[in-house]
Order: sequence, then structure tokens, then C-alpha cells
Amino acid sequence: MAEPRPVLEMTGIVKEFPGVRALSGVDFRLFPGEIHALMGENGAGKSTLIKVLTGVHSLDGGTITLDGKSVRFASPLQAQQAGINTVYQEVNLCPNLSVAENIFIGREPTRFGRIQWKRMRKEAAELVDRLGLDIDVTAPLSAYPLAVQQLVAIVRSVSTGDGTGDGEGQGTKVLVLDEPTSSLDRDEVLELFRLMRRLKDEGVAILFVSHFLDQIYEICDRMTVLRNGTLVGEHMVSDLDQVGLIQLMIGKELDKLEELHEHQLRADVGETLLHAEGLGRTGRIAPFDLEIKKGEVVGLAGLLGSGRTELARLLFGADQPDGGKVTVAGKQVPMNAPNDAIDAGVAFCSENRKTEGLVPDLTVRENIILALQAARGWTRPIPAAQRDELVAKYIKALDIRPANPEARVGQLSGGNQQKVLLARWLITEPRLLILDEPTRGIDIGAKAEIQKLVVSLSEDGMSVLYIAAELEEVLRLSHTIGVLRDRKLVARLTNGPEITPSRILETIASGEHQ
Amino acid sequence: MSATTQTPTAPDSGTTAKSRFSALLGDRRLPVLVTATLFLAMYIAGLSRYQNYGFGEPQVFLNLFIDNGYLLVAAVGATFVILSGGIDLSVGSVIGFTTMFTAWLVERQGVPLPLAVLLALGVGAFGGFLMGYVIHNFEIQPFIVTLAGLFLFRGLCLVISKESISISDSSVSSLAQTRVSLGLGELSIGALAALVVIGVAFYVLHYTRFGRRVYAIGGNEQSAMLMGLPQGRTKIAVYTVSGFCSALAGLLFMLYIQSGDPLHAVGMELDAIAATVIGGTLLTGGSGYVIGTLFGVLVLGLIKSIIQFEGTLSSWWTKIATGVLLCAFILIQRAMTSRNKT
Repeated sequence: MAEPRPVLEMTGIVKEFPGVRALSGVDFRLFPGEIHALMGENGAGKSTLIKVLTGVHSLDGGTITLDGKSVRFASPLQAQQAGINTVYQEVNLCPNLSVAENIFIGREPTRFGRIQWKRMRKEAAELVDRLGLDIDVTAPLSAYPLAVQQLVAIVRSVSTGDGTGDGEGQGTKVLVLDEPTSSLDRDEVLELFRLMRRLKDEGVAILFVSHFLDQIYEICDRMTVLRNGTLVGEHMVSDLDQVGLIQLMIGKELDKLEELHEHQLRADVGETLLHAEGLGRTGRIAPFDLEIKKGEVVGLAGLLGSGRTELARLLFGADQPDGGKVTVAGKQVPMNAPNDAIDAGVAFCSENRKTEGLVPDLTVRENIILALQAARGWTRPIPAAQRDELVAKYIKALDIRPANPEARVGQLSGGNQQKVLLARWLITEPRLLILDEPTRGIDIGAKAEIQKLVVSLSEDGMSVLYIAAELEEVLRLSHTIGVLRDRKLVARLTNGPEITPSRILETIASGEHQ
Repeated sequence: MSATTQTPTAPDSGTTAKSRFSALLGDRRLPVLVTATLFLAMYIAGLSRYQNYGFGEPQVFLNLFIDNGYLLVAAVGATFVILSGGIDLSVGSVIGFTTMFTAWLVERQGVPLPLAVLLALGVGAFGGFLMGYVIHNFEIQPFIVTLAGLFLFRGLCLVISKESISISDSSVSSLAQTRVSLGLGELSIGALAALVVIGVAFYVLHYTRFGRRVYAIGGNEQSAMLMGLPQGRTKIAVYTVSGFCSALAGLLFMLYIQSGDPLHAVGMELDAIAATVIGGTLLTGGSGYVIGTLFGVLVLGLIKSIIQFEGTLSSWWTKIATGVLLCAFILIQRAMTSRNKT
């Protein structure tokens, strides 16, 4: 392939934060009409590079050339006006406004200062149509699932300077997608990819960041790999296989992952620990029966919104069931509130570690100690020596970095935050640990560590209910797999050689247990 | 769910009764509809109960506008602020200050009325601007800043005079007496001004970029900023509008009462906020209609009228009824927002 001139060239980019050199001499180039993946572990400098490009951070060294002209952006607005648009992981739109308004707000077509609603709706509809989407532009944004909102964000960003009156902007040249897929399910990702391909055909250069390697291989043409703020290499996707890529990203052999692959699940599990009968809640999840044995890992597979989290919340008493009962180790437990579950030895790591789990402004130590202290009651504080010893033990066991109990949790990377949350519950020595998407949004190394931890916990006799979006992950870890579909537990599969991701997908698709 | 499976009328394409119900709950116009229905129901109930006492007269209905014109204008200002996700507690004080300030200018200083009106409106708008400026530039909670405004303006009232100033200016009394006939009945200048304010507010909120920005920053301020909207300017403008509306409400109040008093309109900001919320504007911002506010004020006014017609009830029942309504409407809001979250 003869290489045309790159639309964007970043050369020798340097960015320093107090005490840290986030980027040291990174080169990056982007060609028109290509989808380019920016790869690297958490903390490798991906976000910093993007923020430097989009004008959020200022540049400490190096040059940015856009369309042959040297540029430097002081604000996101300037970058947008030059044709660099960004869609972040969190949808930055207004859910209370209509889709059309979200696309056009700030540059609505007006006549003598009066907004021309008809024209705006028509233009929005045309735009949505041209990009092959089927969205009612008059509906409020909040009527649509997150995935569609993300598509709308993309439509907005590519429509700037679309001849809508103000003459600003020159059309989108570069579209930056920062982890847009992390909370989408498979169909939604496909829809997003369709839109990306469409924009690519129109000559837009797309910079794509995702933690899902399969997605990178599905959609991207070229990738740039970063590690510790330095450039590791630029490769055509077709020239580098996944194992090679992971090695580049973590910079060492894949012993961690290999170890896990070879690991044999403990075959013998103990007697029944938890037994749920007819547990359900209208509108959330249909009544289900579930049995979890001592030392068993039960995985839950199903699409996003199929009721995985809802099931877990019922087992933890976070939502009140309409009916049914739960017995733990032979004793019936009321499960009216999380306290009942905690007393029965059930622990729950929420999928929203930021909003439902950790307290970002407290230190690592305080966050770890929180659940244990709650279990003891506030009148019996844990002795300082014992507390520090426990915290040190878990920081070491889980390899939380930085290994500083006084660091504020909000400053830790996603993977380390997850470990802190895990430590909090492990310290209470639960009998059943519920993990809801513990590996979401964390890098591959930390992912492997958490999975390894699950295996060793199970070997120590702890039962685990494991929820993950990636089927391979569920398959690798679970003794038993519960399959959910449309808010119903439709099948229970005992893991074995004959169980493959495609088998599970079939079960999800058919909704039947064969 | 992928976008391709969305039918063009996705949000209300539900076929089961349940999803239709939840779509209705999600419709942002629902609270306005509820308030309008409530108003109608109360009116009909009043008709059936007090028909023999003249409740059916069109003038009774029109009196709602005459007696509550100032509240309507104040509530329109509050609607702007609440839509943007803020709150303005200084409304009542600014109203009280305006009555004092204007009365003092006209009676004690001999300033011609039109000039006094302009000055009063200017001071109110400037006060709002200052509060907005502090809220935006120093990133302080609007609650605190406007609370400071509340004390400041009330204090300024007393600086002007500790006694009330009655207005004997002939042009004021003739303005106050003027009635515009509508065939079935008549409206005062104050009521007409309030209706014009409602109309202008509706136009501004729905047909200008500024109005849509108010909704946008109320919906998600962070997003609004990232979308490149001038959220700071919008915020300051919103409080300026509220200050202006408070001052105008003060003028209408003065016209209605024909005096300036340092203790006029104490706590009226709460009436304005209550009317706005009963009219279906979410306290969290970003959702609501100025038409809803109109109905909110009418409902509050109708409660007062009904209690007057009842004759035996203490006027404190107005407060009790307002409290109960407010509580009910907050619960409706809660149901709506929790539905939007899932």
C-alpha cells in the first residue's frame, strides 16, 4: 500500500506532570481514511497523548502537524475548530435535550435569532440518515441506551462545520474515540463499527482506543503501541498477532496469562454453601434457583442488561426480592438488606467501583478497612496495629501499586482501585464473594492477576460468583456457568471441554438448555 | 439493543400497558399535564361547591391573574434559575427592596415614575448579575450566594427606611386602578404584564440559543462545557434574568399594594420556587416548562381563592395545602428521574 501523506503527525511529544514524565518523545501519525489503534496498558500514556492532541493538556515538547501545518491547541474548542473531535468513554451530551438538539446545540440554525426547529430537525435527520443510523432525532437523548447516545456523540462531532451557518470549523479530519466500547454489548459494538467504517470511507482518520483486543483486530488498520510513556512501535494490524501485541504492551513474556490458561480448575468442590429458591424481583429478574457449592466458581454469562447484575444484587440483599428464599450453609437468611448478606458471609464487589464501591477521597487504608469496621460495628474500632498489619498484608497479597496505604484511592489506576475494593471484602473473609465485572476497564496485566486471585481463592475454599462481559473470561474461571437471557436464568452449564464460547452464545441466542 | 432495531418513534413505541406507562412517566410534559389537570379539577370542585356564591363568574378566574401577577413574574425568574440547575433565594428580598426603593425615589426624591421604574429594574438585574458572577467565577454554591443576596437586599430595605412608605403619586394609583376589559371580565396592568412576561419567557426558552443553553447546562453542566457552550456566560445571564424578574415582580407588587415596606414579600422566593416545582420543573435542572409555572401559580392562587370562599378556614390552610402539593409533586419528580436513570 502506497502511503499517502499523513493528515496528522505528532513528533517527539513530551509531556511532564509534577514528578512524572508522562510522555517522552512519542511519535504518532495518522493517515486519512484509516482506523488507528492506540495501544498500551493503563498508565502507558494513551490518555495523555490524546489530551495533548485535543488541547486539554498543553505540550511540553515536540510538534503537532495537521495537514502540513504546525498547530498547537490551547483548548478543546480550538482543536475542534481545526477539525479534531473527540468522543469520550462517558457520553458528554445532555440527556434532557432531544437528539437533534444534542447534535446542533451551540450552532443551531437561526433566523433573526430565532431557532429554526424544523430546519434543525430536518438537517439532523439527514445527517443521521447519511451515516446509516436509524434514530428519531426528536426523541430526548435519555430515551436511548448508552450505545446510541455514543453514536449521537459521534454524529455531533463529525457534523461540526457541516455548513450549518456559522462558518466555523472545516469538517472533521480526525476523530478520536477514547474507549467508546467499554460499556457496550456486542450488537452495539457492531453498530458503532459500522459507523466507524462509514466515516473511514469518507476519509476521516480515526484514532481508536479500546481494551478489547478482539475489537482492535476486527476494526483497525494500524496500531501504535506505547509503554511507560515511550513509543514501542507502529505496526500494521495484519503484521502483528495478539500474543505479539500483548508482549509489546507489557514488555515481558506472557507467563502470567499462560499460567492461567494451563491452570486446571479444582475438580472437587465442597457441599452446598448457598441455595436460592424462587428468588426474583418483578421487572428486574425472573424467579430463579441457584446453588453455589463451597469453593465453587459460578460464572454468569449473558448480554449487557440480561439481568446479571440484578441477580447478584438480589443475592446480596441490595434489592429486595418479591419472593423466594435463600439458605446459606443450611440456614435461611432473610436477605432484606446488605447487612443480612454480610452477616451470612456474602461479599459484593460492585461493577461501578467509582460510584458504588470506593470512596475516592479516602486513603487506600481507609477504603480497605471500611467493610471490616462496618461488620464489627462502629463501637469497636479495630486496634491500629492489627489494622495496619491487615492492610499491609492485603496490599502485598494483591500487589496494589503504589504500595502506600496513605495514597488516595482516587489517584490509583483502574486496576489498582479494583484491587483495593477486592481487598476490602477479602479482609472480612467472606464465604461467598460476588464479583460484578471486576476486570472491566483495567489493563491486561491487572486482569490476569485478578483472575489468578479468583482461582486461588476458590482453591482456599471460598465460593465465587463471577460476572464478566467476556465469555472467555467466564469460561476460563468457572466450574459452573449460569446463562442469562432477557432477565431470566435460562441454563446452567457444567464447565468442561465441550463448553466453548460459541456453545454459550448458542444458549444465549436460543434461550434454551440443550 | 442496537440502533437499527429502533423504530422511528422509539421512545413511545411500547405496546404493552406497562411500557406505555413508563413512556408516559418519561415524557417531560407529564408534570405540566398533571398540574393543569389538578387546576381544572380544583376549579370544577370549586364551581360545584360555591356556585351560589359567584365562583362561576369569569372575573373570579381572571382575579387569579390580578392577585398573583407579581408571583407569576417572580416564578418565571425562578424557573430560569431552576432550569439551569441553580436556585435563587434572593427573590423575596429583591421584591421587597424594589418596593422600598421605588417608593422612596418617587415619594421622597421626586424622581419621575418612568425613571424610577427603569432604575429599579436596573438595580434588580445588576444584583442578579453580581450573584451570577460570584457563583460562576468563584465556583460557589448558588444556595449560599443567593442567601447572601437575600440578607443584603433585605438589609438595604431597612437602610432606606424602617417605616413603610405609602405611595400617593397619582400616576401610580391611576395605573393601579386601570382595568383592561376582555369582554367577560377585566385584567389589571399587572396581570397583563405578567402574561407578557410568560410569553416572552416561553419564546426565549424555546426559540433562542440562550434558552436552549439554559436547558443544556441544567441537564449536564460538564457536558455543556465540553460541547463548547459558554456555560459561564449563560449562568450569569440566568441570574441576571432572575434579578430582573424579581425587580419587575417588585414593581407589580408595589402597584398591587401601593406602598413600599421593608418587610414586603418576606419568604416569597419560597412561593416562587414552590410554584415552579408544582408546575413540573425538576429541581435538578434541565426539565420543565414556563407554562407549567403558570399553572403552578394558578394552583396556588386557586387554593387561596377557595379558602376565601370557604370563609371559615384560617388562611394558614393555604400553607398547609401548598406543603402537601409540593410534597406530592416532588414524589412525582422522583419517580420520573429514577425512571430516567435506568
